[in-house]
Amino acid sequence: MRAVRLSVVTAAATAAALAAVTGCAEKGSSGSGDQVINVTATDDKCEVSKKEFPAGHVELAIENKGSKVTEVYVLFPDDRIVTERENIGPGTKQKVTAEMKAGEYTIACKPGMKGDGIRQAVKATGGKAAKRDPRLDAAVASYRKYVQEQADATLPLAETFAKAVKAGGLEAAKKAYAPSRIGWERTEPVAESFGDIDPKVDVRADGLEAGQKFTGWHRLEKSLWADKKITAEDKTVADQLIADLAEWHERVGEAEITPTSMANGAKELLDEVATGKVTGEEERYSHTDLVDFKANVEGAEQSYELLKPVTKENDAALVTELDKQFAALNTLLDKYRTDKNSYDFTSYDKVGDTDRKQLSDAVNALAEPLSKLAAAVVK
Amino acid sequence: MTQTPKTVTQTSESPVSGTSRRALIGWGGAGLALGAAAAGAGVAMTRGSDDVQTVAADAGGAVEFHGGHQAGISTPVQDRLHFAAFDLETDDRAEFAQMLKDWTAAARRMTAGLAVGEGAYGGLGEAPPDDTGEALGLKPSRLTLTIGFGPGLFEKLGMAERRPEALVDLPQFSGDNLDKNRSGGDVCVQACSDDPQVAVHAVRNLARIGFGKVSVRWSQLGFGKTSSTTPEEQTPRNLLGFKDGTRNIAGTETDRLKKFVWVDGADTDDKSAWMEGGSYLVARRIRMHIEPWDRTSLQEQEDIFGRDKGEGAPVGKAKERDEPFLKAMKPDAHVRLAHPDSNHGATLLRRGYSFTDGTDGLGRLEAGLFFLAYMRDVRKGFIPVQRNLATDALNEYIQHVGSAVFAIPPGVRDKDDWWGRALFSKEA
Repeated sequence: MRAVRLSVVTAAATAAALAAVTGCAEKGSSGSGDQVINVTATDDKCEVSKKEFPAGHVELAIENKGSKVTEVYVLFPDDRIVTERENIGPGTKQKVTAEMKAGEYTIACKPGMKGDGIRQAVKATGGKAAKRDPRLDAAVASYRKYVQEQADATLPLAETFAKAVKAGGLEAAKKAYAPSRIGWERTEPVAESFGDIDPKVDVRADGLEAGQKFTGWHRLEKSLWADKKITAEDKTVADQLIADLAEWHERVGEAEITPTSMANGAKELLDEVATGKVTGEEERYSHTDLVDFKANVEGAEQSYELLKPVTKENDAALVTELDKQFAALNTLLDKYRTDKNSYDFTSYDKVGDTDRKQLSDAVNALAEPLSKLAAAVVK
Repeated sequence: MTQTPKTVTQTSESPVSGTSRRALIGWGGAGLALGAAAAGAGVAMTRGSDDVQTVAADAGGAVEFHGGHQAGISTPVQDRLHFAAFDLETDDRAEFAQMLKDWTAAARRMTAGLAVGEGAYGGLGEAPPDDTGEALGLKPSRLTLTIGFGPGLFEKLGMAERRPEALVDLPQFSGDNLDKNRSGGDVCVQACSDDPQVAVHAVRNLARIGFGKVSVRWSQLGFGKTSSTTPEEQTPRNLLGFKDGTRNIAGTETDRLKKFVWVDGADTDDKSAWMEGGSYLVARRIRMHIEPWDRTSLQEQEDIFGRDKGEGAPVGKAKERDEPFLKAMKPDAHVRLAHPDSNHGATLLRRGYSFTDGTDGLGRLEAGLFFLAYMRDVRKGFIPVQRNLATDALNEYIQHVGSAVFAIPPGVRDKDDWWGRALFSKEA
């Protein structure tokens, strides 16, 4: 984990501001040339007044004629958010504006503020077309789905862990600890983009800032393995962990994800391995570092696989090298588990210096070419 | 690191500095002989078989990378060292050869004071820069990069038939207490420069290019070579406080270099033809028991070395450079045992550096000599000398804790050539 990191994947709120000029009070800059699109949202419909309009400054005039609170999104083809408006009550009107380059978009109304919403395909025409590679859009959409799936799968596993802690079951809690972290570790750069969640759930004792309370997985790890007892406070920490992860689960779909951020995220996952797992710092009490290690590599590989078709076209040699180094590292990791389908890895305190160096060398061998992935994708 | 390299190339065969020729009869002491090839900044050195002499214009200038022999051997010794030994991570010969080409290209630029590849900034925002950047704005600082191949490389790459006979595994010597994590290696890089940051930058960038093909096994930083090693200036002192390397082979001594350092056609066979113009390197990390030494009486210290501490004169002589009379020294004196006359003439070109890696956890200096010696044949050079040092009185105060041996291929001749080409090219 890192305490603060906003560099690569930024949360939706920030991203929307970067991706498009948004806001409902920009009268000064919006002249008579503004395109106004009326969006009428009901409980089962999402009607738009125009499906094609000239690119440029666009204003959505939204009216909620349904009975539920709704929200309206303008999305890129990869589901990245161009702009959005939440909490539009029944019978109310809202305005939202966006700078939309030529291209295809989706307008989605989400009555009850849930699900994928009712969708309308629209098109901004003329002007300079934003150059988009549909394969990259597909990659981002798939990765977004992956991230959500990981969060979906993690929550019940974390609940199992929290329940064991609250029941005072030391051994049961220990057993449930590492599996509850896998989905988080696979998608850590996305999770870290929400600067406020990571410090609560994945901070280590040495990473605490002055006045910061030690909470989350590693706080419980310390209790279970180092202190060997579960205190009343630990049970509160377990509840808090679930609440924080629930927030992560809810917000993860809003993360700004781009092909570049996917590639850089893959590299960052290897950085996590290099600085935290290979050294045994991440799981210093439980020594389950190799579980995190494997999850980090899997997450990186997921991004890479999705970006591979484009990468192959731009830099075939890089693909050859990355395939080789991912395979080499995975083969090496398999030496530390008897069942290739389980996450039952050797305890890291049993991994000697020579073997740790071998792991470190394999990480370097993969991370160096992986650092070239982002450039190969945007080339 | 962007300015034009300040290198002057001459074809004159006359020595630029006659003074360095004074050190004609050297001794090849292996035990503690600090680098100090007796040619300093601004003194000519011989590069290559064509007798082209290259003069480093000043301490910040560039040393010519190309030549018949690799730079960094007979080159005037720079102030600082970063030495790295690597393990092979690949058994694919073509992949390793490609890395050597990439290393050569990077080394060619770095020794000229230029950044690696497309530089440290200004490139694509999404990609990490080719060069790591810490040497930007620094002069070439006489950087030399010298590479070698260890015994293990030949088997790992399935070319055992090309391992030279002279590249032997060193035997266990009396008193050795070798740490395997500070010993051996399939490939080595010796980076010498007057600026430690330039040397560290060079090794760091080569290691980065090498990821996946090689991994760093161990490395050593060294200091302690002052810039003045011309014979009329002060000979550097080792960490025991004694002048060291008084009688080393000088870079201008073409005859002695030919006789003791460079491999030539007479040494090679089908296996080792690729070594012509190369040399062999022995590296030894020698820990000094500094504190006990400092409590040793002056008389005993001088007896142990066979020279006096102030002037550095051999026993019974007045001046540092007076010819030693070995029989006047104690039978176990270091200089006596290491002298070529005690070793059937065996002579080494020494290029070592002092090191201090902080303290050892027991409040003692973790310090000593990182011994580097180049020779034409390890079997006729380091091995007999080191065996003869088994009775060295100095052994009470030193311990060999790291060891490695490498075949040093010939130089990169021109811009189309690359390190190890003769070994890895079929047509070569």
